[in-house]
Amino acid sequence: MTHRIGNTVIALGVALATTALSGPFAPPARAAGASDTDQERAARWQEIAKSIFGDRQIAPTETLVKIDAPVRALDAALVPITLTMPDSAQIKAVSLIIDDNPAPYAAKFEFGPAADPAELKLRVRVNNYTDMHAVVETQDGKLYEAKQFVKASGGCSAPMGMSDEEAMKGMGDMRMKFADAQPGKPVEATLMVRHPNFSGMQMNQVTREFTPARYIDKLTVSAGDRTVFTMTGDISIASNPVINFAFKPDGKPLQVAASDNAGGRWQHSFTPPSPTN
Amino acid sequence: MTAFAVHPRTSAAGRAPSRRHALFAGLCLCCLPTLGRAAESFAMEEVGPGIFVRKGLIADATPENADAIANIGFVIGRTGVLVTESGGSLADGQWLRAEIAKRTAKPVTHVVLTHVHPDHVFGAGAFVQDKPVFIGHAKLTEALSARGEFYRKRLVDLLGEERTGPVVYPTMTVTDTAEIDLGDRRLTFTAHGPAHTTSDLSMIDSGTGLLFPADLLFVNRIPSLDGSLKGWIREAERLKALGAARAVPGHGPVTVDLAPALADLAGYLTALRDGTRAAIAKDVPIEKAVDSVAKAQRDKWALFDTYNGRNVTVAYQELEWE
Repeated sequence: MTHRIGNTVIALGVALATTALSGPFAPPARAAGASDTDQERAARWQEIAKSIFGDRQIAPTETLVKIDAPVRALDAALVPITLTMPDSAQIKAVSLIIDDNPAPYAAKFEFGPAADPAELKLRVRVNNYTDMHAVVETQDGKLYEAKQFVKASGGCSAPMGMSDEEAMKGMGDMRMKFADAQPGKPVEATLMVRHPNFSGMQMNQVTREFTPARYIDKLTVSAGDRTVFTMTGDISIASNPVINFAFKPDGKPLQVAASDNAGGRWQHSFTPPSPTN
Repeated sequence: MTAFAVHPRTSAAGRAPSRRHALFAGLCLCCLPTLGRAAESFAMEEVGPGIFVRKGLIADATPENADAIANIGFVIGRTGVLVTESGGSLADGQWLRAEIAKRTAKPVTHVVLTHVHPDHVFGAGAFVQDKPVFIGHAKLTEALSARGEFYRKRLVDLLGEERTGPVVYPTMTVTDTAEIDLGDRRLTFTAHGPAHTTSDLSMIDSGTGLLFPADLLFVNRIPSLDGSLKGWIREAERLKALGAARAVPGHGPVTVDLAPALADLAGYLTALRDGTRAAIAKDVPIEKAVDSVAKAQRDKWALFDTYNGRNVTVAYQELEWE
């Protein structure tokens, strides 16, 4: 009989969301954060922006960066985000901030010479009805922001129902998928990383312990000695991170180096397809 | 909150009965448990000798329906009553308990917790006072530990503390198969691999040959995927091999012919699998796949628009690592 589970810290990956169950619950009428006024949201953003970017000016933009996210998330623990930056040559870095998440600064991508940052996709957790901000830094050092409101709740604290051990199986495994390459054009690639990215907010109700946060904090993709991007990540990145990006190929394999906040280090190399006409 | 996580063996006895319990025990008819307006349409149907099932609403939980959305019921044996599914809330379980009392004076000796989902476990709180054996999958304790309070909070938001009830844990767990003898009939349990969830338990009654697959079988209502898509397709085959002709699905009519119902289920699950695989192979991203995969199944299932996109999201994560 398994009546109580001693001190085993149980599985709490993350894959549940508002509508996960066969008899799920409609989102609560007043979800946390749902009733905040626009002014309250704006004030919160001012505070967050100041803590990240200090006193630097951030100008609104409709063109330099755009966020595509579902208005209402199907799964709060896996919200697909697309950042579009059409003037890619101008973009030095982009930060994604999920204002009402417990750790709002979800990710920062710093692009290197092998990048084509025209489009970047990632999957995040959303814990609340929230504004999401993308802030780009242009090559001349200026900051620009775009905003998108997303309805979701519980994405950071939702448990997955598999043990920590299961969730950590194959941790650090990676795959890379490449789209067809054409001569002289950037190549689109999708990087998949096995990692639970524990948020630290997933609680075992028997032991009353939280599974400690364990997440990819640094991930660098490079082509030879030229960097594609370096990502600084946090608990808002969904488990088993998947990042879709584009790079300028030069025939060399893509190197991926990832690390997590618990000292995990992983490296993999992938060979892109040769261009076809 | 710990106070509400009742482990029946340890703390149930010490739990002070609520005023409602006290009144109910005193048979004050005006205070019989009610499910609100929706209850008027609820009725127990006798689907076989000594087997009663109530059809759940094809809806999501609301304050009005008290999460009475699953097919729940009981089996009367010579030695006692086995609850096949307890209901979606304490209120729903109390309603079921009153329905049992109308039909037999025999004690409730067993309550089945078919899997971790709230619409199938929160009725169990109503039976704690009967001190039955709570039967569940070997993985159910772990799953409830991880999710029980999360579910409970959401249900409390909807129904209030009083009508939600505690998280009740299994006191007898099934790793492979198990049998319960009620004197004149035996109930055989099978613990399934990850499928609808990671804690699916099915049951066959030897008296009627009826299969109780719980949420391994959805009829009319769109299946919701929360375990393993490939596993579910596999376990559906296994259900077929059990040889039952009729079944009580977790959602849908109170009984159905098993073969065609399983064929419809497999139709959806394979459309979901094949469509998601095709999307992954063509590099269709998840946010686009949710709008296109399995769309041809749309007219066949209630609540399709509510759940299909979510199912695709779950399937995509499973299949992209193939």
